[in-house]
Amino acid sequence: MSQDIRIKKGLDIKLKGTAEETISASSRPKIFAIQPEDFHGITPKLTVKVGTEVSVGTPLFYSKSNEKIKFTSPVSGTVTEIKRGAKRKILAIVIASKTADDYVNFGKADPKGLGGEEILSKILDSGCWAFVNQRPYDVIANPADEPKGIFISSFDTAPLAPDYSYALKGQELAFQAGIDAISKLTKGKVTLCIDESINFFNKVENVNIQKIIGKHPSGNVGVQISKVAPINQGEKVWTINPQDVVIIGNLFLTGEYRPNRVIALAGSEVKKPQYYSVTIGQSLKDFLEGKINKNNIRVISGNVLTGAKTSAKDGFLGFYDNLISAIPEGNVYRMFGWIPFVGGSKIHSASKTSFSWLSPKKEYVLNTNLNGEERAMVVTGEMEKVMPIDIYPMQLLKAILANDIEKMENLGIYEVAPEDFSLIDYTSSSKIEAQKIVRQGLDLMINEVG
Amino acid sequence: MGFIRNTFDKYKPLFDKGGKFEKLAPGFNAFDTLMFVPNHTTKYGAHIRDGVDLKRVMVTVIFALVPAMIFGMWNVGYQYFSQLGEAGTFLDYLLYGAFKFLPMVVVSYGVGLGIEFAFGIFRGHEINEGYLVSGLLIPLIMPIDLPLWMLGVSVAFAVLIGKEAFGGTGMNVLNPALVARAFAYFSYAPSMSGDKVWVADASTVDAISGETILGALASGQSEVGSVLDMFLGFVPGSVGETSVLMILIGAAFLLFTGVASWRIMLSSLLGGAAMGIIFNLVGTSYPENALLNFPWWQHLLVGGFAFAIVFMATDPVSGAQTNRGKWYYGFLIGFLGIMIRIINPAYPEGIMMSILLLNVFAPTIDHYVIQANIKKRKNRLKIV
Repeated sequence: MSQDIRIKKGLDIKLKGTAEETISASSRPKIFAIQPEDFHGITPKLTVKVGTEVSVGTPLFYSKSNEKIKFTSPVSGTVTEIKRGAKRKILAIVIASKTADDYVNFGKADPKGLGGEEILSKILDSGCWAFVNQRPYDVIANPADEPKGIFISSFDTAPLAPDYSYALKGQELAFQAGIDAISKLTKGKVTLCIDESINFFNKVENVNIQKIIGKHPSGNVGVQISKVAPINQGEKVWTINPQDVVIIGNLFLTGEYRPNRVIALAGSEVKKPQYYSVTIGQSLKDFLEGKINKNNIRVISGNVLTGAKTSAKDGFLGFYDNLISAIPEGNVYRMFGWIPFVGGSKIHSASKTSFSWLSPKKEYVLNTNLNGEERAMVVTGEMEKVMPIDIYPMQLLKAILANDIEKMENLGIYEVAPEDFSLIDYTSSSKIEAQKIVRQGLDLMINEVG
Repeated sequence: MGFIRNTFDKYKPLFDKGGKFEKLAPGFNAFDTLMFVPNHTTKYGAHIRDGVDLKRVMVTVIFALVPAMIFGMWNVGYQYFSQLGEAGTFLDYLLYGAFKFLPMVVVSYGVGLGIEFAFGIFRGHEINEGYLVSGLLIPLIMPIDLPLWMLGVSVAFAVLIGKEAFGGTGMNVLNPALVARAFAYFSYAPSMSGDKVWVADASTVDAISGETILGALASGQSEVGSVLDMFLGFVPGSVGETSVLMILIGAAFLLFTGVASWRIMLSSLLGGAAMGIIFNLVGTSYPENALLNFPWWQHLLVGGFAFAIVFMATDPVSGAQTNRGKWYYGFLIGFLGIMIRIINPAYPEGIMMSILLLNVFAPTIDHYVIQANIKKRKNRLKIV
């Protein structure tokens, strides 16, 4: 094992409503949907119409820029609706499920006995390729690239994040199979980053294990890459979430695409926070019914720092999500709430202008209030405190705002993803929308540099 | 609370988009958000946000200024009564000081915020809180006898040329409070220097010297009173700058809350001490020069040094922005500040000048610090 890496910068935000360690199965929902917005930068080309019968693993659409990248159905049933938004952009492919699933057979095989090409084509055909993301740009990888390495983070440090070692209990074989398959995709190393806890990740073979200890965002795969082997201009590194490694592993063990995972339902507005076994794309309506408080809450698919706002009425479980969070909406006024220390220990702050530093272990109920208004960037040094990657975050953000491509390259745009800036969103006293700015910068780079 | 909220809500539609006074919205919003943290919720990015905002940061700095300000007002009264040879009670001193000082605060805020509101409304942006601090800093670094109209003109110059011309809060190159002081110093020199301006009404009292310690040293006197007085602040000077003790209390608060940069404060102190020591060594050859031979550690106690490095050098907008840059920036402020003070006795408040100078060089310092990071990235590419 290589030397441990300690990350000092960052911030752990403790929220009320951590998921308890129990797993319940969610009842089989009647509708499912795959939402192309989950796949940033992909323009979908549909291969199904309303009324098409699909099985688990039947392609629904492929990427306009690379038709090898397919997106397949998570369920058996009938396509009932193609939801479109402005400019006929496809928002969701809705599928009404049958009572039981039948699976497209992609062929069972031991990944150890297969070559890289065979493994790649199986992953592409089954729709599992969408799980393989690339840095830079934080988008779905291009299968034609030769990655420098593949990184998997076995732990998530975000608020209320699920514990993967618990969620993946019983899937150890599938995880190992997934790793065996992935390792054939690169000539470089596959690195599995682990934290201090002792669990099955420590015993995974055929992988380079790296221990990383620290506050959030030390669990972010981008931060881990930057500490182990930072990305240089022109290099590509692929990343896969551990739950998705299991789905890839099961593809080889069973020959079928099994888009199931164990997610956490957590947050102060969840009646009984715990784990549930669910299927990608399932409707949230039936799933959340009775499990969360009704009034004035926000349901987030993903964690509270990087997730997307969704709806308990007509939302669907996102393609990549391992967590659904529910927190109160913050559409309330607070009189003189800007005076330092007013609001007592209810106001959480990374700075010491409230009393939250007195109770670092307390679990907070935080709402969605912006706690101020957007202002010019004034305070310096606060972004650096929560940015473990060796870049100058404020200068990079300013370069992005100025659309200065050369400066963005110089300042390390290839090493970052929006999620790495989520704590800057949080702590910024000027309420800078850092994640939005970084995404904008990455999109510009994709268009201009590619 | 309900009543006030309802009143705001009642008039808010008039200022919303399409309302009758739509254009005045920034002004209305400034008052609304002064009373209430608004009900805005997150639309992009992180769904939860830290409790801190620019108002909280700025008000923290104002809190930190309060001890120096209260003491300053007391000292105005104390100096005034002492020059008359009279004694008063604590309250007499404080009330007299407040009577002289508060009009300066009113003029500073009135003129400054007036311009800020006008710019906010004309340019259609929300009013930034930056001036809340500048507006209090300016009267604190002026002599108490400065005529109010001069103060008003200086403030207007500082806000218009020092800040709005560059794009407003967050964009200014120079610290606006120091721009005001520099403007007043060069435009109205007789009211900003000499031995008659630092104590209220000193010009009407004959034959009493109200010199600052630095002024006395510059004119060659080497007996300047007790060190304890310098530390506690029972000496003439700008309102806020005399009491090192009170400034230290403010500094402790700023450092504790993390609002001001400890790197800048510490490195400025080191820079000042280094220069002071060098001059003390040189001074052994020039025994007649009082400024040169003034002990280096006492240099750190007198004049605006402490006030400037705690409240002015740490201004994040005009200072260096990178953590490493802050070390160079602070050190040079202290170093050059003491150098200007000693070498050019015509301008004993060298520290203010040196901050303005370093404000100009801060982007250059940052440039080289960042260039090192860029170089590291490029070298990595070469190795691979």
